[in-house]
Amino acid sequence: MAKVVAVTGNEAVANALRQANPDVCAAYPITPQTDIMQRFSGFVADGLVNTELILVESEHSAMSACVGASAGGGRVITATSSQGLALMWEILFIAAGDRLPIVMPLVNRALSAPLNIHGDHSDGMGARDSGWIQLWSENAQEAYDNTLQAFRIAEHMDIRLPVMVCLDGFIISHSIERIEYLEDDAVKNFIGEFKQLNPLLDVEHPVSYGPLILPDLYMEYKRAQHEVMTKVSKVVLDVAADFEKISGRRYGLFEPYRLDDADIALVILNSAAGTAKDAVDQFRDRGIRAGLVKPRLFRPFPYQEIADALKSAKAICVMDRADSFGGFGPMYMEIASAMMMNGKKPILINKIYGLGGRDFLPEHAELVLSELADVAKSGKARTFKEYIGVRE
Amino acid sequence: MATTLSLKELSKKEDLFTHGHRMCSGCGAPIVVKQLLLASDYPIIASNATGCLEVSSCISEYTAWKIPWIHNAFENAAATISGVETMCRSLKKQGKIDKEIKFVAFGGDGGTYDIGFQSLSGAMERGHEMLYICYDNGAYMNTGIQRSSATPLGADTTTSPAGSVIKGKTQPRKNMTRIMAAHGIPYVAQASPAHWRDAVTKFRKALEIKGPKFINVLAPCNRGWRSSTDDAILLCRAAVDTCYWPLYEVEDGVTRINSIPKEKKPVEEFLKPQGRFKHLFAPGNEWLLKLFQEEVDREWERLKKEAQEAVSDKS
Amino acid sequence: MKPKGWKDLPPGSVITRPGSATEFKTGSWRTFRPVWVPENCIQCLFCWMYCPDMAIKVKDGKREEFDYDYCKGCGICARECPGKKGQKAIIMVEEGK
Repeated sequence: MAKVVAVTGNEAVANALRQANPDVCAAYPITPQTDIMQRFSGFVADGLVNTELILVESEHSAMSACVGASAGGGRVITATSSQGLALMWEILFIAAGDRLPIVMPLVNRALSAPLNIHGDHSDGMGARDSGWIQLWSENAQEAYDNTLQAFRIAEHMDIRLPVMVCLDGFIISHSIERIEYLEDDAVKNFIGEFKQLNPLLDVEHPVSYGPLILPDLYMEYKRAQHEVMTKVSKVVLDVAADFEKISGRRYGLFEPYRLDDADIALVILNSAAGTAKDAVDQFRDRGIRAGLVKPRLFRPFPYQEIADALKSAKAICVMDRADSFGGFGPMYMEIASAMMMNGKKPILINKIYGLGGRDFLPEHAELVLSELADVAKSGKARTFKEYIGVRE
Repeated sequence: MATTLSLKELSKKEDLFTHGHRMCSGCGAPIVVKQLLLASDYPIIASNATGCLEVSSCISEYTAWKIPWIHNAFENAAATISGVETMCRSLKKQGKIDKEIKFVAFGGDGGTYDIGFQSLSGAMERGHEMLYICYDNGAYMNTGIQRSSATPLGADTTTSPAGSVIKGKTQPRKNMTRIMAAHGIPYVAQASPAHWRDAVTKFRKALEIKGPKFINVLAPCNRGWRSSTDDAILLCRAAVDTCYWPLYEVEDGVTRINSIPKEKKPVEEFLKPQGRFKHLFAPGNEWLLKLFQEEVDREWERLKKEAQEAVSDKS
Repeated sequence: MKPKGWKDLPPGSVITRPGSATEFKTGSWRTFRPVWVPENCIQCLFCWMYCPDMAIKVKDGKREEFDYDYCKGCGICARECPGKKGQKAIIMVEEGK
């Protein structure tokens, strides 16, 4: 039976990690992630997990040790935020290229400079080309559920890729919400035993990890890596179906909200999607056909599925909690690409919001929806990229 | 029973680092690897920092390693092997494996003294069961002979060229072995492949000692040292005879010099065969040679004093 | 051998054939060739220990012929060879002569 609790996002994620019972965890503190690893260290100290901790001297070493431990042949976790992820950057690509199923909660936080410890998506978006699978979470429940599913996805024998589970710093990591925990046994059965693939610790069958690959083969390796990514969506859906059986909670590649006949739509990630859904409801009440897409699987990005979901929309606003300076927000670029799939040309605008923990308020969502209604009516965009919730 | 320490007995062991690797002709590093692998009768798992040894030993589908081996990146050989070692500990605790395995990290001086220093220092402090081997050739040889903090004073490298105004590297090298000893780990040593018995003994000893260990091994690079392909061993011997590279160990904080030359030779004997020091012998640059000798003398005297203090502490 | 396509590659570029480097012959790098003179050889095995290329065959603790498939001709063996009565057991000769 599920157990209902009132906990923070970090506590929920730490509990999911405990239930997954990893063999090795490398940890380094950084706000707002620290709380996860503190709690997890407590589980280790109390003998509630089999995990051996490596309390490293930097995030670079955390991810490096994860690569070594995972290649060794077992279940491996770490967690980080912001600058920590930035410091890991080099090794993220190696973890993915070596096909190592490491699971890492990423408590999203802004990047310096200027220094800021609060939530935005600059860190995770910066890592989107690293070859990691990314699952994004609206609330503590989703963060918990995604963390559990991440192990199944990462360790699937067709996949063997690292997975990042993103949740908003402070807004989710440090807020207390009502969530449902699964029983330990149910989680254990759901995730299953770790299956080894070319473990370094098998001294009877020595393997070499990390060769130098020259132009005669490098591209073939990258092509193979691309191929694996094409298989991820199916595995994510299969795992979600199994998860629904034990939890009653349904997950897809993204969450469509009141989209079926929508003229205008928002695309928005994580915690702000909750706020935006309320605004969508208000507009629906006023007879305006508004809808919303909340992506869950950001890498690989479900272009075709999202394009199909947005097929009726005449005007769409992609809300980015990160900027690609000199370009559009990172998610805008994905949605623009998705729109090409069906040859539809809705008017697509981009708003940058909530950087460095700036509140995203219902009135922000309402303003954007009002603008979208005008755009849909006039067939003209006032501006394509704009910061909102910012003082002049 | 460990293999008897004779060349005859050691030569009966399988080569766990095979021919067909692509290190340059006459490179010192493969000799170091060979001696390390010969020293052990336990299974070894190794990590390798990016560098000459790594790119030349494992290319495309060809690996020269017959032991489990992992290359991750340049600066993280120590952190990487600490991960493998910890996984071993975890799986042992859970009864999933039971073998006694030894963990070794290899790094060049760039990957050890410079970019990998933090990762190494951290792994040593954490107390992993591991032996870190630095093969020190005194510069970034893999990228084409750039100066590192292991590059000796005055050496001509591609980023510290001996010019008409600046005469090669202007700083003496970092004393890495001493810095590692300052970590207070159970065993730190300095070795040379020319002194194979001393080196193999140290490797073997280090692998038997519990906890983190560090051994700094001189590994001549004839490309970077601008010497001939046949003089790697000869130069190692000269480095020891001149006290440029003393053979010593620090075990549980006690310093012991393993070989005190009967007659300490002038440092020229080590420098002269190397083209990277050619300008030190040009007229007008005598001061630089003198400075080099003074630095070697100072370090040697300090080491002897430390070793003497260790002896007198015991008595 | 036909070059491999992406479908033929192992996951994560892991090499599962230990010591496969032996398939790569480095003997062609040589410009000088070591020649063993058995009558001057005292079987000290220094040449074996100092060879960076594991190119000296040893059987039952006794050295045999060079492995010219892999010897790169560095000459360390010849340099370090103590020989017998001042006569080296390894001499270097230029390839092709």
